[in-house]
Amino acid sequence: MSHHKKIDEVTGVETTGHVWDGDICELNKPLPKWWLYTFYACILWSIGYWIVYPAWPLVNSYTMGVLGFSQRTQVQNEIDEWKAGQAKYRTQIAELPLADIRKNEELFQFSIAGGAALFGENCAGCHGRGAQGGIGYPNLNDDDWLWGGNLDQIHETISYGIRNGNPKAHDTAMPHFGTDKILDNAQISDVANFVRSFAHLDVDAEAVKRGSQIYADNCAACHGEQGKGNQDMGAPNLTDAIWLYGSSQEAVMQSVRTGRGGIMPAWLERLDPVAVKMLTLFVYSLGGGQAEAASAPAATVPEKAQ
Amino acid sequence: MTTTSKPNKFLIGGDSAHSAPSPTTPAHSDYVSRKKIYPKLARGTFRNVKWVVMAITLGIYYIVPWLRWNRGEGLPDQAILFDFANQRLLFGPIEIWAQEFYYVTGLLVLGALSLFLVTSIAGRMWCGYACPQTVWTDLMIAVERFWQGDRNAQLRLDGQGWTFEKIWKKTVTHLSWVLISLATGGALVFYFRDAPTLGVELLHGTAPVVAYVFLGLFALTTYLLGGLAREQVCIYMCPWPRIQGAMVDHDSLLISYRDLRGEPRAAHKKGTTWDDRGDCIDCRACVAVCPMGIDIRDGSQLECIQCALCIDACNEIMDRVERPRDLIAYTTIGNLSNATTAPREGWRIIRPRTILYTIMITLVASLMGWSLLNRADFELSVIQDRNPLFVVLSDGGVRNGYTVKIANKIEHTRQFKLRFSGVPGLQPKFVEFDGLDPTIEVGPSEVRAVKVFLLLPGDKKKDLTSDAEPVKIELDEVSNGHSTSRTTTFRSPS
Repeated sequence: MSHHKKIDEVTGVETTGHVWDGDICELNKPLPKWWLYTFYACILWSIGYWIVYPAWPLVNSYTMGVLGFSQRTQVQNEIDEWKAGQAKYRTQIAELPLADIRKNEELFQFSIAGGAALFGENCAGCHGRGAQGGIGYPNLNDDDWLWGGNLDQIHETISYGIRNGNPKAHDTAMPHFGTDKILDNAQISDVANFVRSFAHLDVDAEAVKRGSQIYADNCAACHGEQGKGNQDMGAPNLTDAIWLYGSSQEAVMQSVRTGRGGIMPAWLERLDPVAVKMLTLFVYSLGGGQAEAASAPAATVPEKAQ
Repeated sequence: MTTTSKPNKFLIGGDSAHSAPSPTTPAHSDYVSRKKIYPKLARGTFRNVKWVVMAITLGIYYIVPWLRWNRGEGLPDQAILFDFANQRLLFGPIEIWAQEFYYVTGLLVLGALSLFLVTSIAGRMWCGYACPQTVWTDLMIAVERFWQGDRNAQLRLDGQGWTFEKIWKKTVTHLSWVLISLATGGALVFYFRDAPTLGVELLHGTAPVVAYVFLGLFALTTYLLGGLAREQVCIYMCPWPRIQGAMVDHDSLLISYRDLRGEPRAAHKKGTTWDDRGDCIDCRACVAVCPMGIDIRDGSQLECIQCALCIDACNEIMDRVERPRDLIAYTTIGNLSNATTAPREGWRIIRPRTILYTIMITLVASLMGWSLLNRADFELSVIQDRNPLFVVLSDGGVRNGYTVKIANKIEHTRQFKLRFSGVPGLQPKFVEFDGLDPTIEVGPSEVRAVKVFLLLPGDKKKDLTSDAEPVKIELDEVSNGHSTSRTTTFRSPS
């Protein structure tokens, strides 16, 4: 591409000197000077940025800028602002009983929202992001509760946890019928058949007959003669469709053989009381929450463990 | 009159056969300085039309935020309010929510199509008369003339050193521009917040910072673009001059110098013959009035905003030399190549291009009108819980969870009820309400999220035919029975 002066015949305007495909030229239509100055002004503006805002990385630090601006500080300020805004709710939650919070729409919604966040941070690791649980970790959405599903019972369980050494924790445990040689393998198989018959699962009728007495002697004390369980002991209802460790013959035999006893932290040791209350209301709202007066499946009226 | 046909001059960039290469494009320069334009005041039909259009458009701009519309107690009573704080646009009785922004998109589409239609019929009407850049520039020029006199006086003023006269005239001109700019920015912010309230706040210095920022920003741009940059905006910043080339055709009106009648141009002495010469007396009146600083006799050019002031200027001269008007006129390209036709002879308004634009405008407008008329003033949306998809209950039953969102798009509280159908035996259970059929209250312009569980008891589970059954959720307004529905699914273990 040559670069010598050339005037376009039709327009009388100088061309840029560039020629494409032998005859296509470009008229030289220069930019206005103010456009160039605007560009320079933008460069100056960016230098202004360097001066007032953090800009250049140094070896161990960076240029701070005269404004002392920092996104971390900004975020911290925003968090503080939000926390200040939440203070009035938190005060009320701290003072009011759970049942009253439940009836106050604004407080209830605030607690559910906060509880959901707390759940994600603290509980989802075991119970799952949707509180759907898994083998050995109860599903908190359903209507089956080991330790009771009304507000106070949920609060109790979250506060002190289960089998964790906290003096107020739920602490009962199931015997290890197999490993402690209380029952032999045939007996375990029979009693497993009997237990599974509560829930109308496929069982060996002969084994059920044999297992009936074994159950009455060893299991009924906690699980009840009808297998309805007992929330004071954390003994699960054996007649329903929900099996924390699975409902197969092998899974039930394993439960009888080694016993089961999940562990849950005492969250009052880690979280503040308001957070525990919010978590309680969140778990309660998941769908399985039971009214204060709801009778537990067990014949015994649920009294607070402490 | 010359009869030789000329090459098509209607190329963007124009034909400079009659004049030396434009002084704005000297050889060997990467950048050019702006050459200041001193447009002379034109007098005539189009100048009067432009004064009227300026009064109307500025009137609309300044008055609209002050129009009131009663929406009821405690609600904004501004007829047109861009209520960004509450994410809604208020147009009289119509309230557009953020998720309905497509109505605004529709308005913009309509605006674009109308612009296409007008341009294909009559050229750059928008640029010449109604564009804010044109209107404000025109206003700024009028103010400049008021303080500094017309073209010749301004040329004289700029030609002298910094005399006292020049200093005070320049100062008051710029001060007036700044005042107009402040008023422009000041009026704009009224569209975004209750105008009477904001007006008082602005005067007392208690308005939100963002109001001052935008006031300042728009004042600055008005001063820069309308007062200082003027034609530079049209030539270098605006895309429309580039687009319009594709919008006009042989039948579009363009303001043109009718060179077959005007050439050869020459000065004319009163009483001498008009034979063997053109009607153009080369008085450059058309150039003097041009706010874009071009010579219309060079043909249609990118710079020309078609403001028609050169028509007024030329007609005044033609009257004086007793030649027919319309040497410069709204005419079609078709008529330009024929010396004997009148400027708008055979001008076809109805042609495929305009029919197409009209059909498109009608379609878009009726679609928008239809959807606006049939727009529900409440909305239902349903989000099904995905984690867990379903919950198995102790009796072997199944429960699904849904978040039902009810949007009340009018300005008073309303009551709704929900109905569920599709799977026999489904029982609703609400987290925040007691009972199976609660009345749900939704406040004015509020979206309320309601958590609903649907339970299928264990003994009904055998009736399910698949692991994802369709469920219909219906929302009824209690007072009038108006209803809307959504279909979702009920999931169960297969």
